[in-house]
Amino acid sequence: MSAERVIVANDVRKNYRGGAEGAGLNGFDLEVAAGTVVGLLGPNGAGKTTAVRILSTLLDLDSGEAAVAGYDIRRQAREVRRRIGLVGQYAAVDEILTGRQNLVLFGRLNHLSHAAAVRRADELLQRFSLGAAANQPAAKYSGGMRRRLDLAASLIVAPAVLFVDEPTTGLDPAGRIEVWSAVRDLVGGGTTVLLTTQYLEEADQLADRISMLKAGRVVAEGTPDELKAELGADWLDLVLADPAEVPRVLALVERLADGDVRVEDLRVSIPVKDRTRALVEVATSLAEAKIEPEDITLRRPTLDEVFLHLTGTGV
Amino acid sequence: MTSSLGWALADGWTVARRTLIHWRMQPGIVIFGWFFPVLMMLMFGALLGGAMEMPDGQSYYELLVPGIFTLAMLFGLEGTMTAVATDVSKGVTDRFRSLPMSSAAVVLGRCIADMLDSVVTLIVLIAAGLALGWRWHGTLPEALAAFGLLLLLRFALLWVGIFIGLSVKNVQSITVVQVLVWPVGFLSSAFVMTSTMPSWLGAIAQWNPMSSTATAARSLFDNPGAVAGSWIGGHAGAAAVIWPLLIVAVFLPLSARRFRNLSR
Repeated sequence: MSAERVIVANDVRKNYRGGAEGAGLNGFDLEVAAGTVVGLLGPNGAGKTTAVRILSTLLDLDSGEAAVAGYDIRRQAREVRRRIGLVGQYAAVDEILTGRQNLVLFGRLNHLSHAAAVRRADELLQRFSLGAAANQPAAKYSGGMRRRLDLAASLIVAPAVLFVDEPTTGLDPAGRIEVWSAVRDLVGGGTTVLLTTQYLEEADQLADRISMLKAGRVVAEGTPDELKAELGADWLDLVLADPAEVPRVLALVERLADGDVRVEDLRVSIPVKDRTRALVEVATSLAEAKIEPEDITLRRPTLDEVFLHLTGTGV
Repeated sequence: MTSSLGWALADGWTVARRTLIHWRMQPGIVIFGWFFPVLMMLMFGALLGGAMEMPDGQSYYELLVPGIFTLAMLFGLEGTMTAVATDVSKGVTDRFRSLPMSSAAVVLGRCIADMLDSVVTLIVLIAAGLALGWRWHGTLPEALAAFGLLLLLRFALLWVGIFIGLSVKNVQSITVVQVLVWPVGFLSSAFVMTSTMPSWLGAIAQWNPMSSTATAARSLFDNPGAVAGSWIGGHAGAAAVIWPLLIVAVFLPLSARRFRNLSR
């Protein structure tokens, strides 16, 4: 089994002197099996980007050990760089250059011949549906297109490991879906992906396993289903019209709740196991009791609630 | 070793070619950049030149043109800074650093591109200067030596630009440096002979590396303003070599360290 672990991090520590921008790492451990997608999930400042920058050899660590694709990230950084692709937080493409020129440039810097770089650029442009925009400057691309170009640039030489740092931050929903489908395609090709994200939904959509990061260390790890099972419920939120109704509603929904019901002013939040059944039953009982809520919504637990549940403290 | 040097040069050229493609994609901006110093030459020469008292009734352009050459080398620094800072802030530098390419090539490419840019700037300026009546009166090798000194200054300032570009937190703070470049340029013998300044100011201006290069160039072109009557002025030729080398000796290692420790 150990031969298949393409990313191993052991008690990695990194302190930013002067407490500057980045969040440090404080005993960070990680194991990623070949051909899987691991989501590094955590709030801003948890150290996600720091972890990616260290593993992709951009940043030195203070102590601990890490290896990527079997090579030590400190002593064999060059070997590591031959085997990784990096998609940083900002679409790292030259905006003045066209999509094709960008890919040819990065192909040449991967030491492909000119002909091979052009060929590879055209393949990738097709694969990421950028063929029609190939000769347009990247500045004219939408956020989602730029991200896709960025992904393409990191795949010029099929990497063993791809680091993707917050791929959809700042994208509109359409761009987000474009990028998700691009990342899914990659995984189809057998690439191991380490993905960081602030969005539970994104990790859920893309990752085989999730590591939850808080204050520079992994606080929970598992498949999305395992984590959700641990976490249990979705939430059914009711917003009532009249404070007097709150006790009546509490009495009605008690038997449906899978955990403690929370009340905040006119909002009643009920943890539920079976989303649809709960919704139907709550709606029916409210109708029978002639209570008309202002709003009724089903929602997934927020990242905050996940952390609250798993660590006992908020984000 | 040869092969890693070979790759550094090949990768450096690839990175430099990226800038050449920029020129092709945005010719307007680039051409404006090349003609801006010409505009300065016309502004100072035509607007203020009449008020300048030159020895033996010579044209002010005889003094001004080598000064503008020097200033153009200084202003080139802004382009270097902006390009470097933009790449850092957009993550392009990180992408380069995560590639198995030669890490020296990122900086080498910037160097090649900016030196080419400065050669074009100089050629445009020489043409404009000749059209306005400036001439070199020395030999062609002397004139070439003067251009060599100017490009040496540009090369040295390039490293200042790279260092600042790698150091600033955002591209906007470059504006501060862009403003500060002006007093550095003006507090020199670029526009006037330092003998016309208050003596303390003149002394500072003479020790400005810009003055050394301007004075040395004037001397090689056999233009007026070459002899400044001070120790540093009298050794302008040597100073025009030593100053840039000193600047490189300080800023090249600093830039290399910054580059390795980029930790945005």
